[in-house]
Order: sequence, then C-alpha cells, then structure tokens
Amino acid sequence: MIPRLHPKVTQAAAKTLLWALTGLTLLILIFIIVNISIKGLPQMTLGFLFQDPQDMGRHGGIFSTIIATIYVTLLAIVLASPLGVGTAIYLTEYTREGWATRIIRFGSECLAGVPSIILGLFGFVLFVMKLGFGWSILSGGLTLAIMVLPIIIRTSEEAIKAVPQEYREVCFSLGLSQWQTITRIVLPSALPGITTGIMLSVGRSLGETAVLLFTAGSALRMPTTLFDSGRTMAVHFYILAREGISMPNAYGTAAILMISILLINLAAYTLMQRLVKRYS
Amino acid sequence: MTISPADSDKILQCPLEGIITLRRLNLYYGDFHALMEVNAAFQQQSITALIGPSGCGKSTLLRTLNRMNDLIPGIRITGEVVIDGQDIYTPGVDLTQLRKKVGMVFQRPNPFPLSIYDNVVYGPRLHGRPGRRELENLLEHSLSSVQLWDEVKDRLQTPALALTEEQQQRLCIARLLAVEPEILLMDEPCSALDPLATLRIEELMRELKKLYTIIIVTHNMQQAARVSDDTGFMYLGDLVEFGDTGQIFTRPRDTRTEDYITGKYG
Repeated sequence: MIPRLHPKVTQAAAKTLLWALTGLTLLILIFIIVNISIKGLPQMTLGFLFQDPQDMGRHGGIFSTIIATIYVTLLAIVLASPLGVGTAIYLTEYTREGWATRIIRFGSECLAGVPSIILGLFGFVLFVMKLGFGWSILSGGLTLAIMVLPIIIRTSEEAIKAVPQEYREVCFSLGLSQWQTITRIVLPSALPGITTGIMLSVGRSLGETAVLLFTAGSALRMPTTLFDSGRTMAVHFYILAREGISMPNAYGTAAILMISILLINLAAYTLMQRLVKRYS
Repeated sequence: MTISPADSDKILQCPLEGIITLRRLNLYYGDFHALMEVNAAFQQQSITALIGPSGCGKSTLLRTLNRMNDLIPGIRITGEVVIDGQDIYTPGVDLTQLRKKVGMVFQRPNPFPLSIYDNVVYGPRLHGRPGRRELENLLEHSLSSVQLWDEVKDRLQTPALALTEEQQQRLCIARLLAVEPEILLMDEPCSALDPLATLRIEELMRELKKLYTIIIVTHNMQQAARVSDDTGFMYLGDLVEFGDTGQIFTRPRDTRTEDYITGKYG
C-alpha cells in the first residue's frame, strides 16, 4: 500500500505553495515598478514634462510625445467605444444566438488574436497609403481603434449578459420598449463592466508601439492637426532605448507612462466603485 | 386536425367567453410540445388559479398571455389568445400596449436597485412626462392599493432593496399598478415568502380583484383553494380540467385532477 500524506499536511503544503506563487506575482510587479521608478523618477522634473524634446530627445523634455499620446489614445477610444458597445448591445439584446452572431463573435476573437505588428502593417497599407492619411494621428487612432475593438466588445458583452434577465422581464412587463429597457436598465447596470473594458483599452493604447510606428510615425514635432505625424511616449521610449540616444530620458518617459497608466486604473476603479454603489 | 371527443368535452366544461379566451392554443419549444390544445376563458374581476406539478406548462401558459415567451428562441405558437376581443398573436399587435394592459408579478420580489419612490414611478415616467403632482398622486394611490403607503411614506427615498421580502413583493405590485393595467399575471408570487406574509398577500389579491382580473400560478393547492374563483389543473402540457374552484376541489371530474389534489403525486 502506498502511504498517503495526511490531509493536514497536504492542506498546509498547498496553502504555502499558493501563497508563495501569489507573493512571486506581486514581487515581479513591485520589481518592475521600483526598477523603473529608481531609474526614471530623477528625470521627472516640470521641465521634462513641459518642454519639447531637443536633439532627437537627447535633451529637453517629452511634452510633444505626451500630447501625441493623448491625441491618439483619445481618438482610438472615441471611435472604438460606441462601435464596440453598440456591437455588444446588438449581439446580446437584438439577435438570437445563431450563425450570424457566431460569425461576428468569431471574427472579433480573431481580431483580438492578430499580432499588433500585423495590425500596424494593415493600418499602414489602408490608412497611410491607400486612403492617403499619411503617418498621422488619424491613421494611428484608427488602427488603435481596430486593435481595442475586440476588448471593448468582449467586456461589454460579458457586462450586459451579467445583468439579471429578471430586470428585462420586469421592464417588458411594465410595457417598456426594448430600447427603453436597454437605455434605462441594462446599460446603467452594465456600466461598471463596460467602463472596465474601456479603461483596459486605454491602457493598451497608451503602451502600444508596433501599431503606431507603422501608422503615426515618429515625428517629434508637436502635432497640431489630425493629419500630423506624432510620436507617442511608448514609441519615444522605444526609439530612445533602441538607438541608444539617452537611457536616462528613456527611463524618465517609461516612468511617466507607467504612472499615468496606474493613475488611470486608479481613477477607473474609484469611478466604478461609485457607479456600483449607486446602482445596488 | 379534428377535435377528438376528449377535446370537445374540455371545451364544454368552461364558459366560452371571458376577458381572456384561449382557443386551441398550442406551444412548442423547438420539438417539445409544451402546451396542447388549451381552451379556457378567464373571467373579469376574478382570480383564476393554475395548479399542477412542476414543468407542466403553468408558467408557460401564463407567459403566453403577455407574450413574454417571445423572448425565448425556437418557440412556436398556434391557436388564439383573445384579450378584450383582440387576438394578441395577430401581426401588428402593439406589444408595449399589450404588456401595459397585462402586467406581471414574478416569483422572486425584484425591485430595481433604486429608491422606493423611483421604483413606483418608473413605468409612468417612461410612458409619458407626468408632472410632479401627478406622479405623487399616482405614487400614493399605487402604494395604498398594496397597503404599503403607511409603512413607507416617511422613507420614500430609501433603497427599495432594504425592505423586507414581503414589502418588496408589494412594492413590485405597486410598480405594476402604476402603469394602470387591467390584468395581473402572478407567477408564484408567494413562493419566496413565509406563511404569514403569504396570507397577507392573498388578502391583498382579494382586494385587488375588485378592480383587476388576476391569474395566478401556484404550487400551493391550499392557496388556490383559498384565493381563487376558478381553477385550472394542468398536467404535462394539457389543461386537464378547468372550472369553478369549489367544484374542482370537491368534485373533480378527471381522475388525474383528483389524484393531484388528494396528494397522490406532485
């Protein structure tokens, strides 16, 4: 007979192991944050934040890259959110499960699996060349929108599905139309989930490089119109580090990028808590 | 398909016309025949109970009356459901108007996660643009009708979910009354309540009967006997027997009905 370990022993072992794994995950995160902060924070002065880069980014600040990042991200989110949420509403509320919904869902999942470098190439061919938008904020925003669309569709769909079916039935039994039911009950209840999806997309857009190298270009000038090329923070970091222009400035950029993503997540979290409180 | 002797027999047992009349109603979920040749007439300002074992089509039948089943994929319905002289399954029926007229109370109390006030005025607010005064009248009237006004009038802005289950169920009925329906469909409205709360809701139903037509699905035979005027016994998608509650419970005509009400199964 094979001797079995006592349940108390396996329980203790499992607990220790799982605790260690969780601790390790946390440790990796902390290491990254601390490492980048130590190397990047010393660069973070008001001048670094609010001056345009000079001499390829060797000197000066990163102001134009911050603005380009905001433009591109904002454009992508403004384009992708209504499209994604609308698709999610259609898939969950307006159609029955069938071959059509399966094709749309499969398509969106495939889109999510496309490597961003290939998406970048696609954006380059379509928006930059074919439609003649050139390397620009517009091309970058459009391609990023395509990239985050599946995230928004997926999370919105899950959030809408999680709204109790009862609420819909009550609305119908009160004689409300389907659209009234969606706008008054379903969307407000699903809002925290939808917001999470949009915030995830903001995070993805802020950190994206491959897509933007191909579509928004890497001009260091301050972009003033949609058709100007612009270099985002992530691309700036990539070029500074890759071409060995200035490691301190690269880390400074990385620190700012990381802090803004953390702040956005924090803001999203508080906003969500408030929404959840209001509707429950 | 010809009417078999059993079918014609069933038709004779119940009055031919009511505020709701079902004629040869059949319902299929895909290949599953869930309602078979149902004929029935529900009388105005009375309570009709639908009893029978689980999964025999009681709730399905109830949900055909306000077309709530339309939401289920793969459903097919034949026959007539005539409400106020109109077949509600003819094309071009205004679903919104139908559902306003035929309201529904669900098994579990399900107020919206809003204040008591907002719950009651929810429907009227979306159906029109009533003034503040009008809304307040409607609020008091609806809450008084379900005997909840005195209990909550001082805390109308507090969350509805803080009420007891019984109060929540009353609130759901008030929310329904605020859109001024004629017919109330109740799908086991007391199944989540304790026996005393159940009795109080039954009392409320007797009050509401003076103004509304009520159809209730219940698993509780005593409840059907206590509260209803007419009773229908359903078994495996078949409306086996339909008629006066006193008669069904004392002199059932069908042996299946007798076996069920005497507790041989179900």
